[in-house]
Amino acid sequence: MFDFTPDEMTAIRLSLRVATWAMLASLPFGIAAAMLLARGRFWGKTLFNGVVHLPLVLPPVVTGYVLLLLFGRHGPLGAFLADRFGIVFAFRWTGAALACAVMGFPLMVRAIWLSLEAVDRRLEAAAQTLGAHPAWVFATVTLPLALPGILAGMVLSFARALGEFGATITFVSNIPGETETLPTAIYTLTQVPGGDAGALRLTAVSVVVSLAALLLSDVLSRRVAARLASA
Amino acid sequence: MTLEVDVAHRLGHFTLAAKFTAESGLTALFGRSGAGKTSLINVIAGLLRPERGRVAVEGQVLLDTTAGVSVPPHRRRIGYVFQEARLFPHLTVRQNLLYGRWFTPQAARREKLDHVVDLLGLAHLVERRPAGLSGGEKQRVALGRALLTSPRLLLMDEPLASLDSARKDEILPYIERLRDEVRIPIIYVSHAVPEVARLATTVVLLSDGKVEAVGPVAAVMSRLDLFPLTGRYEAGAVLEGTVAAHDDAVQLTTLAAAVGPLRVPRLALPVGSPVRVRIRARDVMIAVQRPEGLSALNLLEGRVAEIAAGSGPIVELRLDCSGETLLARITRQSVERLALAPGKPVYAVIKSIAFDRHSLGVAGSPHGEE
Repeated sequence: MFDFTPDEMTAIRLSLRVATWAMLASLPFGIAAAMLLARGRFWGKTLFNGVVHLPLVLPPVVTGYVLLLLFGRHGPLGAFLADRFGIVFAFRWTGAALACAVMGFPLMVRAIWLSLEAVDRRLEAAAQTLGAHPAWVFATVTLPLALPGILAGMVLSFARALGEFGATITFVSNIPGETETLPTAIYTLTQVPGGDAGALRLTAVSVVVSLAALLLSDVLSRRVAARLASA
Repeated sequence: MTLEVDVAHRLGHFTLAAKFTAESGLTALFGRSGAGKTSLINVIAGLLRPERGRVAVEGQVLLDTTAGVSVPPHRRRIGYVFQEARLFPHLTVRQNLLYGRWFTPQAARREKLDHVVDLLGLAHLVERRPAGLSGGEKQRVALGRALLTSPRLLLMDEPLASLDSARKDEILPYIERLRDEVRIPIIYVSHAVPEVARLATTVVLLSDGKVEAVGPVAAVMSRLDLFPLTGRYEAGAVLEGTVAAHDDAVQLTTLAAAVGPLRVPRLALPVGSPVRVRIRARDVMIAVQRPEGLSALNLLEGRVAEIAAGSGPIVELRLDCSGETLLARITRQSVERLALAPGKPVYAVIKSIAFDRHSLGVAGSPHGEE
């Protein structure tokens, strides 16, 4: 039963590419947002926290529509990025990656935030007295110690991206070979006569890939945690 | 080396207002918990910014709140050994040791890894991770890590406080070596009299955020008026001497000190080594005639120099023994029965076993103040 049709293979490959890019591209922003939430003391922090978590509670369709308004060809950000950098999101796989990144962002930020709060600030002070500039302290002490949370956040973002449906289909539609990821492909297959076998195959792929991602994250964070066992 | 500190800071109801200068050698910031010792060295390290203050090392101003100067901690080149070792758990011992070296300017790198590893006995630990080390080993690694940044000054915040007494004895000789061999100026925070008496060149006595006394360790420790602050139980005179002879038959060592010969349990030090002994006031008995038939081996002649006023059952005496100060704690009843008064000649009796390993240490070389 696992003879995938070329279209199914395309959807699988596209989904992995979209999820990988969504995860990697949102990582620096995720770390920055988690750092602000864990350490920052600024006016409007509660509001910032709310905005970061918004994709978690909004209907995905709403998120997708907002993205369409902002990043569509005629949206303020979409037009700017297209004119200045030639980056186009509308109806491209990059748009699917953006939608997935936004949807997975709160999950990523929460995981990293928690692990940043668990970092012993006294170790950072010790690094400073050893001559390390605050930026170096962050790179050589804070980030490595927060690594379990960062890995967990990456996996959550990746898994969320594999499952993203509503925001993607609203923002970039469902174009085979460009924006048709696993969930949208499965949805399409269930809508056509005789698509059941294909839908089942892709469902199995979804389960296997998601499970593998979770297991991998578990193994990685266990390894890191053992290495960091409190000194 | 000269460290100048003048700090005023308020933390809730606590006010820190301390001013002192420290020269080379080991300066002990000594006082009870909550006296402001840790806040004070955090100011020196740059980890705490006081409301008002000035800190300068060798004339270089690190902090001057009136001039708006505050050098950030990573540019102060001051080593800091914390109470908990604070090793980086994600790095090996070697990586921990070398962490600060990256950031030390090439020209300022005095210390070499091999030398520090030898000095602190870390050779068998370098490939291990901090999690597997004992408390004493961690603290030695922390010491080495600070040392390898080639700091101009080393701050130590009760580095032995979280260790049991066997681990303390394991580390104390290393600190003595830093003081005497590496000759690095050290500011050592402690509330433990034995450590201070053994290690300090100079004592800065802190109480309630204020400096109560500054001076050579023997002078500060023998001031009767400071007993309430130094702690009566552990208080005692600090004397220096040299190893004169070993008597292996009875496992005793004779020390030559200005007060006269002292017989102490056998020391593992060569003849001629300088040593420092602390004679706790509570371990000293007083006789007005030369006693006979006593088991105690040390009998020192002297005069009563001062009798502390007070109304309790116990009285502290300061004795002058050949120009050195000895302290004694005896009952008021004994003072009256023996008619003790300033100027009266007496004998001080000290059992050899009163000199335990907590009250004996290697003294700095006589030229340690260069």
